Amino acid sequence: MTKIIVTIAVGVFLLILPRFMGGYFLHLITMIFFFTYLGTAWNILGGYAGQFSFGHAAFFGVGAFTSTLLQIHLGVNPWIGMFLGGIVGLLLGLFIGSLTFRYGLRGPYFALAMLAVAEMLRLLAVEWMAVKYPLGITIPLKGDSLLAFQFTTKMPYYYITFAMMVISLYITRTIESRRMGSYFKAIRENENAADALGVNVFKYKLIAMAISAFLTATGGTFYAQYYLTIEEESSFGTSVSIEVLLGPIIGGAGTVFGPMVGAAILEFLSEGTRNFLGGYSGVHLMVYGAILVVVIIFLPNGILGGLQAAFRKLSKVW
Amino acid sequence: MSLPGLSLLLQSIVSGILMGGVYSLTAIGLTLIFGVMRIINFAHGSFMMLGMFTTYWLFILLGFDPYLSLLISIPVLFVLGLLVERFLIAQVLNAPEHNQLLLTLGISLFIENLALFLWSPNFRTLDVSYLKKATMVGTVMISFPKVIAFLFAILLTGALSYFLKYTDLGKAIRASSEEKEGALTVGINLKRIYYVAFGIGTACVGAAGTLTATFFYVNPHVGGIFVITAFVVVVLGGMGNIIGALVGGIIIGLAESVAAAFMPGQLKQFVIYFIFILVLLFKPEGLFGRSREE
Repeated sequence: MTKIIVTIAVGVFLLILPRFMGGYFLHLITMIFFFTYLGTAWNILGGYAGQFSFGHAAFFGVGAFTSTLLQIHLGVNPWIGMFLGGIVGLLLGLFIGSLTFRYGLRGPYFALAMLAVAEMLRLLAVEWMAVKYPLGITIPLKGDSLLAFQFTTKMPYYYITFAMMVISLYITRTIESRRMGSYFKAIRENENAADALGVNVFKYKLIAMAISAFLTATGGTFYAQYYLTIEEESSFGTSVSIEVLLGPIIGGAGTVFGPMVGAAILEFLSEGTRNFLGGYSGVHLMVYGAILVVVIIFLPNGILGGLQAAFRKLSKVW
Repeated sequence: MSLPGLSLLLQSIVSGILMGGVYSLTAIGLTLIFGVMRIINFAHGSFMMLGMFTTYWLFILLGFDPYLSLLISIPVLFVLGLLVERFLIAQVLNAPEHNQLLLTLGISLFIENLALFLWSPNFRTLDVSYLKKATMVGTVMISFPKVIAFLFAILLTGALSYFLKYTDLGKAIRASSEEKEGALTVGINLKRIYYVAFGIGTACVGAAGTLTATFFYVNPHVGGIFVITAFVVVVLGGMGNIIGALVGGIIIGLAESVAAAFMPGQLKQFVIYFIFILVLLFKPEGLFGRSREE
């Protein structure tokens, strides 16, 4: 009961929050929601099913490019494009997954294979863009329109990312409370044992991959509609893959709210360093690196994972 | 094939083999570290970049000859490697593999962006006249610094193989990589072996950095270009296999430069990733590896 009340209270608070905030903070919170969404998508595959992807930029970029190109060349509505981009991402995920999982790529080998796939797509995009769109792809402006997924103010984007985040958290929560969640965790903890107990490892890895890829690709479309321009580096670049996984790792992989905690910390930190040391590009990444090192050494299960363990210890003592 | 086509092919084979030597050089340290510690070191490229900057600054500030700076870059990177292993990597040796990977990723994010902060993203090159020398053999141009790098790669492979085979420390390193418990039983100090191995691996890539700086630009992100290729070489040659890294580097160098002769822009890289994925899928133990006994 208290859980429901807290959830509703937080929800209402976040819904009315934009009324009291300027564009700068609105952007900041929107980015937190957005990276929570992406982190949650990664978390389903990486945190729950234990398949560490270092190449989620592949899905992100595919989503951004699919919806944008459909919109520009065929006039497809970006909302429909978002869904179609998700489907293309999902198919890509199934393709990669069926190869890598079939041939038993695990742990770092899977991570490296994903990295290679994202890099291959980036290189293709670089070559193709150099010929067709040397200045990047710009989405034509249509003014304020919910239908066209374009707004001149930040507030609508805030609500869209809020909704996306809630949906992704709900999906995670649902997976966790069902049998599928237990299968994912069993695969993560010991794949051979899960297999021996009759879990269809291949199938459930593919399911995790498909959900994760679909959500990440739709995130790519949001990104394209938010900035109304895309280029290969911010879509397929390795930095995208890294930023997607940092949130859940720092907040706590394999927990529902870990990605949110991680995204909030990282966004505030990066804004903070930008304010103090603005003008130097990359300083926030230096801070990310330091945080990552500290978290991995001292809180190997992330902040929420560490808190959970601490609570368990406390409750035992009492 | 017409004569110009033939000479183009010859040129790309020669350049490919030479560049392959550089790839081997970057991969040798990585494969040593993996072989001994089972750690995939994402920070390897950052260490290489530090090696390159060591050479660059020694030349700019003190007028050091680039090759002479090997005497500095190798020990500096060796010590840095020791420290990083001792204080950071050693903490996660028993952690899940992905956490080890993430730790080295964090280290590399930190080092690279610190370098960016200190030295700006500018592209720098060493302006030394003898480094720009190239000899024509028939119609094929051979660049002097790449030949040196190639020879050094062979020398390093030989020296490291000798060290691992015939010295006590080398034998202890091999023993620890092949049979951890056995090594402990006979009284080998694993902790010490690990940080020495990591230091040696880092020193190797420091040397690779110095030798690469003689013909390649230097900037904070330059390591990223080489580290992914180094991963490919390491997997191709068999993780932990030093001679495999030498051969794998030359294969990748050849594949890249022949692909570059026929494909536009950066698509040669595409070919390398494609080979990488094929090897990961079908021959993860590498071209020369026995399948891992697990």
